[in-house]
This record gives sequence, structure tokens and C-alpha cells, in this order.
Amino acid sequence: MVEPKIVVKDLNIDYGGAPALKDVNFSVMDKEILGVIGPSNSGKTSFLRALNRLNDLDLACKMKGSIFLNGKDINREMDAEEVRKKVTMVFALPIPLPMSIFDNVAYGPRRHGIRDKKNLAEIVEKSLKAAFLWDEVKDRLSSSGMKLSGGQQQRLCIARTLAVEPEVILYDEPCSGLDPISTAKVEDAMRELKSRYTQILVTNNVKQAARVGDRVAFFLMGELVEINETDRIFTAPQDKRTDDYLTGRFG
Amino acid sequence: MRKFREAIIEKAILLNGFACILFVILIFVFLAKDGLTLFRTIAIQDFLFGKIWSPLAEPPQFGILPLFLGSLVVTLGATVISVPLGIACAIFIGEIAPRWMRETLKAGVELLAAIPSIVIGFIGMTLLGPVVKNLFHLPTGLTAVTGSIALAFMAIPTMVSIMEDAITSVPRTYKEGSLALGATHWQTIYRVIIPAASSGIVAAIMLGIGRVIGETMAVMMLTGNASVMPKTILAPVRTMTATIAAEMGETVRGSEHYFSLFAIGLVLFGITFLINFLSDMARHRKIR
Amino acid sequence: MKLKPQIKQKIAFALLGLAAVTVIVPVILILAILVQRGWPAISWQFLKEMPRMGMRAGGIFPAIIGTLCLVAGAISVALPLGILTAVYLVEYAKKNWWTRMIEIAIVNLAGVPSVVYGLFGLGLFVIFFHFGSSILAGSLTLAIMELPVIITSSKEALMSVPRSFREASLALGVSKWETIRCVVLPNALPGILTGSILGVSRTAGETAPILFTVAAFYLPRLPQSIFDQCMALPYHLYVLSTQVPNVRPALQYGTALVLVGMVFFLNLVAIIVRSHIRSRKQW
Repeated sequence: MVEPKIVVKDLNIDYGGAPALKDVNFSVMDKEILGVIGPSNSGKTSFLRALNRLNDLDLACKMKGSIFLNGKDINREMDAEEVRKKVTMVFALPIPLPMSIFDNVAYGPRRHGIRDKKNLAEIVEKSLKAAFLWDEVKDRLSSSGMKLSGGQQQRLCIARTLAVEPEVILYDEPCSGLDPISTAKVEDAMRELKSRYTQILVTNNVKQAARVGDRVAFFLMGELVEINETDRIFTAPQDKRTDDYLTGRFG
Repeated sequence: MRKFREAIIEKAILLNGFACILFVILIFVFLAKDGLTLFRTIAIQDFLFGKIWSPLAEPPQFGILPLFLGSLVVTLGATVISVPLGIACAIFIGEIAPRWMRETLKAGVELLAAIPSIVIGFIGMTLLGPVVKNLFHLPTGLTAVTGSIALAFMAIPTMVSIMEDAITSVPRTYKEGSLALGATHWQTIYRVIIPAASSGIVAAIMLGIGRVIGETMAVMMLTGNASVMPKTILAPVRTMTATIAAEMGETVRGSEHYFSLFAIGLVLFGITFLINFLSDMARHRKIR
Repeated sequence: MKLKPQIKQKIAFALLGLAAVTVIVPVILILAILVQRGWPAISWQFLKEMPRMGMRAGGIFPAIIGTLCLVAGAISVALPLGILTAVYLVEYAKKNWWTRMIEIAIVNLAGVPSVVYGLFGLGLFVIFFHFGSSILAGSLTLAIMELPVIITSSKEALMSVPRSFREASLALGVSKWETIRCVVLPNALPGILTGSILGVSRTAGETAPILFTVAAFYLPRLPQSIFDQCMALPYHLYVLSTQVPNVRPALQYGTALVLVGMVFFLNLVAIIVRSHIRSRKQW
């Protein structure tokens, strides 16, 4: 039995009294792509942000329970920075930093101590290639990252997270602002990255979860209703609520 | 190692955050240290309510009532002039002026704010003084009203910018609702917008008053420096601020006179502290 | 006599316009008079020479140098202090009673009368610390006076950096301080710069704080160290216009013109930097 990458135990989150997640328990396997679906306000984003401790930034957020990464409790046995280096995130709206493409990708490694120019150049190239962006920008690495199109910016953000060599990549509705072609490119990148990283994808687009995910988890109103392999969930959901959501009886 | 360095930096930032509280306390302490020493030899009520300020007389008299009233008269005069002008200007800039004019006017107001008080005092002395003298047939043009006029123009920029902010922050829906009911623009302004912006306007006035009370150089050069009980605004007076500035150079360190000037400073500090406190409360109430 | 609302409006708007004019006209008037009467005195000699004949002739060079020294000294203390305080308030402080106290303290520092700052500087720096009447004492007093302006504009500049930048950086495992140092501060710098320029222009024109802490009217030579006294433009104008008899008016107006010129120039630079920032903003 392979040890799961991430184990979530009895996770409860509330914001100043309003509960966002109730008694969530499950595991994420190494190098799988887990799709997380569910209607708005079902707790998907709170869940994701708990995984890389971004919830720490929100003073109103109270968390109970534990999350284990490689067997270590991320809140009690690791620092926030350590966790976020290993578990990176791509946000819904691309956030290129106001600097050149090269500097954007090199930002993480530089902050973590890598100064050697050659080393950085290699890392930048490797990361941009893995994010399927290298060919489009290799001639203009010094131009501003903010001048790229939406889809390119998002792939830039993916390259940026790859540059710090994480183990897990979290995606918070990464294609919500993108056109179908850019979306396809992002999904291609995810499939390529599967061999080296564990990925968790929160999405409002059920079809996307079906295309990309190995397993899918369905959240509803803060509860984890069902989690199963993609085919099983879509063909034979075990919970009626899952069935209703997938067939569009509510959305 | 890096974590340690960062922890130190963050501690330094934390300490820095409290620096301002420290400075306010320090100012109070150093004013009180020398100011309160006065009350070992002079009774506090003689100081606060005494009608004669004559530190060089035999025996010296340290009653600040004429100085306090001098400050009061000049401040009131300045307020009476600056508040209507300030509100009017703020309304004009915020609601009526077309866009191109608005930026020019705002720049003009900013420039007025930038003129150092010593220059205003100088120009006031050489130009405004003679005008007042001739207009009212007075023996000298350096009077309370001269000071009030000059100070009004120094307070106006502060008032205008805060009031204009308050006016433009009134939600557009209020304005549109009023106009949709058939009210004219002007009616909307004085019936809806001004009342809605009232706490910001009040805060601006208080800030302006605070600025005027604390002004030193312009009053020193314009109000004539007669430390007597003011009877009319057309006569010279002396303010608390001008007293400190004018007399400090002549006092001996450690003398009663020296301590009395610090005591005046303490009174001034208390007054402006109170005004700023109340003005800040007014501003915070508006935001909530 | 009942007037139609439209007519009332026309009258009201005309009066309001008049008010605006009344406020702006003095600015133009003051400038015009300063230029008209002070320009004849302005020449390179005026600016570069030492004064002669008890200030009645010669130049104002030492006053200019003195003002520059004081201003430089003040900003070199106020800027780091102010920026770090702003960083604390924006990035670290929680919404509690302490933070409210700090904000009240800042508002109060901004409202303390300038002459009271002079007394404070006298008591603390000149006497208690034994700095004597010196550039050091004067600069430190001016620095504390300048602090609220720097803090307020730095706070605004820091808050204008989008929150998403900070999140993006933190999500890569970068520490909070590194995020501030590498993403927030560099992008807030232009706004901080504008605020400092405005603070400097205010400091240059202040007279009362330097009356008891540093200013001297006539010094035979330029200050040699920060423990020396120095002359300063605002104080020079004050004495020229009130204490020295028989001064050519052109000299007084000339001094005033140089001071106002310096202050306006700084304000202009700040305004230009500010609009340059607004147009160049990438986000």
C-alpha cells in the first residue's frame, strides 16, 4: 500500500461563526490529479487554501482538525513557508508580478537563495517549457509579464510555481477567465506534469474535471459528499446528491 | 540563520510602529517637566485666569487670559472667514466646476497650502496691514482682524481638501435620487449632499481650527503683539503662540519666565490634542 | 419675493464661483508681488555670496546652505522611521486598541503647533541631550514634525499595491518580510517618494521649530559640523523683515522669493512624479 501524499483528517473550517467545511476526511494519492467539483460556496476554495496554509492570512478563519503532507502535520510540524514551497497554488485570475517574464519565473528561486545566473536561466527555461509557454516567449524574456494574453499569463503563473520545485500543485479554477484554446493548453500542461507532481484542481466546470482528473471529489455545502475514480463517479455515482449535481438538476 | 535575521527585522518593525506613541509622550513629558515647574511658585489659577501678562515687570505677572483670549479672538475671526469660503470653494470644486477647471483649482489650493507661513506673514505685514489701517482708520494695521484674514487663508486649503473629499464621497445614488425627483442641482447640494457630507465637513473645520490655533509666525508678524485683554478685533492682540516665539529669546534658562513659556506650550498642546482627538472621532464616525 | 429655483441656482453658483476665485486670487497675487519686487534682487551673487553689512547687502548663500542641511538631515531620519512605521501599520498591525492608539498619536503629531515643537526640541535635544543649538537638534526636531506626512503617504502607497501580489508571492513559499521587501516596497516607492518630497517642502519653510534649536541670524562662516548652528531661509526672512532696520525691500522680497521658489519647485516635482506614477501604473 503506497502512503498517500496528503491526508485530511476531521477538517472543520469556519469564518467568524459561518461554517465553510464540516468534518472532511480523505486522502490524496501521490502523482494523481484530483478534481474537486461542487456548486459555489460549497467550501472548495476554503479547502484548497487550507492545504497550503493561505487561510492563515485570514484572521477570521478558524480551523480544527489536521492535514498531513508526507506524514507530517502541516500546521503543527511545519512552518507556513515550508508548506507553501512544497504545495504551490495557481489562482483563478492570473497574477503576473509587475516584472519581466524572466524575473517572474525566477522570483521564487531567487527568494529561496539561488543567485547563480546560469542556474536561474536553466530553471526558467525548464519551467517555461513544462508549462508549454517557452516557445511563445523565449525571444522576449525581458519584456513585462503583464503584457501577455490571459492564457499566457496563466501559464506563466504555472511556470512560476514549477520553478520552486513543489511536490503538490493546487489550481483554484485556473481556466475561469480563459478562452477554450488557452484552457486546452493549460489542461495539456497538467497532463504533462502528472508524472512529476501531485495536482489538485478545483473547478466549476464539471467536464474539465472529467477530462483531466484521475479521481473526482464532490463537495456540497461544506461536506465531502463523495470521492471516487472519475469513471465511477460519472457513470455510477453512489450518492443521489452527486447524481443531481452532475445531471444538472441544480448548479 | 535567515529566519533569525527576519525575526530581528520584524521585531524592529514592531518597535518602530510604536515610535509615534513614544514621541507624543515625550513631547508631553518635556513640556510638563518645565511647564509644571512654574506652579511651584505661581498658583495655577493665577496663571490660567490672570488678566495681566507682564513677565518683565516687578513683580512679574503670568496671567495668560489676555493671550488665551487673543488666540481665541484671532481663531474665531479666522474661522468665521474661512468656513463659509471653504465650504463654498469645496462645493464649487466638487460639484460645479467642469473637469478642466477642477484640476486647476485643486492645484491652486495646493499651492496656497504650500506657501510657508513666514511668507504669508511677511506679505501680510507689508500689504494687508496698510490696507486694514487705511480702511478702518486705525493707528496701526497690525490687529487681530489682520491676523484673522491671513490665517483664514492658511486654514482654507486644509479645509477645502477634506471637505471636497467628503462631498465627492457622498454616494451618487443620493444625488441621482434627488435629481430624479425634480430638484435642481443647487437644491440637491444643500438639501442632500451637504447633510450627507456633514461629518467630514465638521472634521475639516476642526482640523482647520487646530491649524489656526497653532500658527505662530504669521500671527507674530500681523497681530501687533500687545499682550492686553482684547476689547475689539481692530486692535493689536497677542496670541499664546506668538508669546512663546517672541519671548523665548529673551528669557534666562531656568527662570520663572522660562517655565511660564513652557506652561503656555503645555496649554497649547492640550488644546490641539483635544481638537485633533474630537476631529478624528468625527471622521471615524462618518466611515462607520 | 419668491425666486424660481433655477434663478436661485444661478445666483448660488455665481456666489460659489466667486468664493473659489477669492481663494485662488491671493495665490496669484502673492506670487506676482514676490516676483515683481523680489526679482530685481535675484542674481547669481545674491545666491552665492555671503551677506555683508549686517545683512543689508550681499547674498544669502549661508541661509540657503543652512536650509538644505536641515532639510537633508530631517528627511534622512524621518524617511526610514516613517516607512517602517507605515509598513508596520499596513502589513503587520492587527485591528486592536494599540493600533488605534498609534493612529491617534500620528494625528496628534500632525496637529502639534510648530512653536510647541520648538519648545520640545529645545527641551529634549538642545538641553537634555546636550546637543546645544545645532543642526543636529534642528534636524531631529524637524524630522519628528515631518513624520506624520511621510507615514500617511507611505501608508497610502503601500495600500495601493494590490493584495493579489502579496498572495502570489506568499503562495510560492516566500516569507512575509521578503514579500514586502521584493514586491510591495518597490511598487510603493513612487508614492512614498511623492510623500517625502511634500514633507521636505513643508520642512524647508518652517520657522518656529528652528527658532530655539538651531537658527542664528548672522554667522561669520558656514557650519562645519552638525553640532554647529546655521542660518536658514525662513528665519532669515523673519529677521530681515522685523528686526533689522533700513533693509532694502528688494532684499526682503528676494529672500521670500527664493524660499517660495524652492518650496514651489519641490511641490511641482511631487505633482509631476505623482501624475507620472498614475499614467505608468501597470495594474
